[in-house]
Amino acid sequence: MKVTVYVRRRPEIADPQGTAVSRALADLGYGQAKVRINKEIVLEMPDASRDEVEAKVTEMCEVLLANPVMDDFEIRIDG
Amino acid sequence: MKTAVVVFPGTNCEHDVMWALKVLGAEAELVWHRETDLSEFDGVILPGGFAHGDHLRTGAIARFSPVMDEVIRMAKEGKPVLGICNGFQILCEAGLLPGALLQNRDLKFICKPIHVAITATDSILTRAAEVGQILSIPLNSYEGNYQAQEDVSDRVVAVYCDENGLVDESTNPNGSQGNAAAVSNATGNVAGIMPHPERAIEAILGSSDGQILLKSFQESLGVVHV
Repeated sequence: MKVTVYVRRRPEIADPQGTAVSRALADLGYGQAKVRINKEIVLEMPDASRDEVEAKVTEMCEVLLANPVMDDFEIRIDG
Repeated sequence: MKTAVVVFPGTNCEHDVMWALKVLGAEAELVWHRETDLSEFDGVILPGGFAHGDHLRTGAIARFSPVMDEVIRMAKEGKPVLGICNGFQILCEAGLLPGALLQNRDLKFICKPIHVAITATDSILTRAAEVGQILSIPLNSYEGNYQAQEDVSDRVVAVYCDENGLVDESTNPNGSQGNAAAVSNATGNVAGIMPHPERAIEAILGSSDGQILLKSFQESLGVVHV
């Protein structure tokens, strides 16, 4: 089954990449837009119950995929 | 007294550190990241580079290298543990130091000599220095922007400044919180520094100001900090 993990830097933590893209968009004449650049991690995993998968992927996020100091994460399970 | 200098796949400052320790007359040995026994060592240094390609986040994968169990053990035993640049990032990921290192404020890879001022001497990195002492050492990083959720002002042991010791936003090269260039844990035995003291170890390199920091580390060996 396919699991998608979204890793987002917490809103109160600066995102220099987003700021740079925001400036570039303004320079191109698109006006003001706040930009945050996040990560999408796609996992292909053996089929299991949604609860099992969710528990496992939550642990993966806490241990490795996200940094608890600066990131939030969201898990989407397809199928 | 012997120091382990850990080599991860992608580490590239290990020989600079070895040379610097040799200049100081210290005994050190390179140790591969798969090593699981550091019992013969009195301290450990994680040098700079791009461990495991810096994939996912700097230090995120290196933090799970087999050698890290021993690094964590030594840190808990009060032995000196020092991370330089990428090593600093790994120690933060491992939870041995507070905070995290993000991309530089201006999204530029910074490679130039900068100044830092010592703000505390209760750490293995700064015990031989004096508060207010200004050092010229090279900075060489893209992810050197130190940020922490909690107030870590009492853990900062060196801050970015200019040659006169001015500490403000204009002398902050990468956006680090409070101009932090180096931090330690609460007991002072684990420290991380973003610029490279080992590259400012002899006059021929342009500065020997880094000596005092590695001398501090060397003098901390055999002293238990708990």
